[in-house]
Amino acid sequence: MRFIRSIAIVTILPAGLVTAWWFVSLGSDNFFWPPLRDILGTVPSTWLEGRLQADVGPSLLRLAVGYLLALLIGVPTGLAIGLSTPLRQYCEPVFEFLRSIPPPVLVPVIILFAGIGDTMKVVVIAFGCVWPILLNSVEGARAIDEVLHDTTRIYRLSPVSRFRHLLLRGASPHIVTGARQALSIAVILVVISEMFAASNGLGFTIVQFQRSFAIPQMWSGILLLGAIGVTLAFVFRLVENRVLAWYFGLRRKQ
Amino acid sequence: MRASWRRGLIGTAAFTALLELLPRTGLVDPGYLPTASTIAGALAGELSREAFWSALLDTVRGWATGLGVAIVTGVAVGVVVGVVPGLRALTASTVEFLRPIPSVALIPLAVLMFGTSMESTLMLIVYASFWQVLVQVLDGVRDIDPVTHETARSYGFGVFTRIRVVVWPTALPHVMTGMRLAATVALVLAITGELVIGSPGLGRQIALAQSAGAVETMYGLVVVAGLFGVVVNLSIRAAERRALRWHVSVRRENAV
Repeated sequence: MRFIRSIAIVTILPAGLVTAWWFVSLGSDNFFWPPLRDILGTVPSTWLEGRLQADVGPSLLRLAVGYLLALLIGVPTGLAIGLSTPLRQYCEPVFEFLRSIPPPVLVPVIILFAGIGDTMKVVVIAFGCVWPILLNSVEGARAIDEVLHDTTRIYRLSPVSRFRHLLLRGASPHIVTGARQALSIAVILVVISEMFAASNGLGFTIVQFQRSFAIPQMWSGILLLGAIGVTLAFVFRLVENRVLAWYFGLRRKQ
Repeated sequence: MRASWRRGLIGTAAFTALLELLPRTGLVDPGYLPTASTIAGALAGELSREAFWSALLDTVRGWATGLGVAIVTGVAVGVVVGVVPGLRALTASTVEFLRPIPSVALIPLAVLMFGTSMESTLMLIVYASFWQVLVQVLDGVRDIDPVTHETARSYGFGVFTRIRVVVWPTALPHVMTGMRLAATVALVLAITGELVIGSPGLGRQIALAQSAGAVETMYGLVVVAGLFGVVVNLSIRAAERRALRWHVSVRRENAV
């Protein structure tokens, strides 16, 4: 009974909203707000007949490569900077400035260097995502307990295992926070870079629909993009719960 | 403290020197990355143009309006949802679902509804920053000490007094965090909207400079966008410290 109740609480409002949208829009003859039935009706013909591989695939691939690149660069650099106070002080104002540049501005800049191909998109994503990851890694390395540092030193842990068990582990709550911010930036950037200059990809396709006034198709693209955002956030939550299980457990105990 | 300032200055000077030397020595094509001095020159030229100032003003106006709307609605909705029993559980799944929807997904819709006017950018700004504020306010309201809350109820405080003396002070640190995040996100979306949609502002100037091949001007404007971001960050942090000067975390920091 309790289980059914909690399921009902979770689903009642979303279900109500979707139903309301369905029925309110049913008789809509407004060109910009087509009935939800029409939007969903265009989904199979719009997306399932090839576009999923031709457009959604490349977008996700760019997103993944750029994001992983940002993680690979940002985490070690951030941890290294966080360990050394002078180094951090040297870098702080420059980093403060670089991370304050709104990442979409990088699209026209990086087009100069890398043209309008896939490299440009990956570099834009990596460059935009690297700052939250890097700065949070710096904070994470700083937040590690001094005593733990000394303990690992006394026990003569090798540099590699100190990096793995002390630095990476100890900083991981901060790193995860940065990675979460970076993920939403990555989604924004992949779409923006494709809207700016591309021949395929989700952002490109949606703008194409808008320009050709294919309104129900455009709506279906918006919904698909939303679904991708939600799915990515959900996957991230799963990974987070796994990686930070020790941390959440520790906090519950306290 | 002095040492950190000095090192910061040295770091900045080194970075600027690097930007000057990379194109000068030919390691990077100056057509792609002009020297720091050329960028500064182009920026100085921009500063005397009226188009630059009106673009900057447009960006500031769009940013501030969007942020203001998002903060007011975010705080209002957050307090109501947090205070009314049962409402939080009922709306949690919807909030969790709507929040990760990337705001850029709304760009085509905004263009159709408002064209290239400022409203379309405003819509993106409000949507993106609203969630930042709302989620933090909800967190803050949940933070309320049950004993304090029960005490206020036993003393017969009305709903509005309870919100004023119990809910608001508890939630304020979270609200300030939400504002800080929202201010940054709002700036990103303001520039994005102008860049992609073409509504008036700094972002459009950058796009125009790029398509005109005025590389130095484009870099100059990017620098302005970055400096704007820095100013936003610093002033929001100052405001946070001021609004929370009674709070333990700030008092402890000042005492050290």
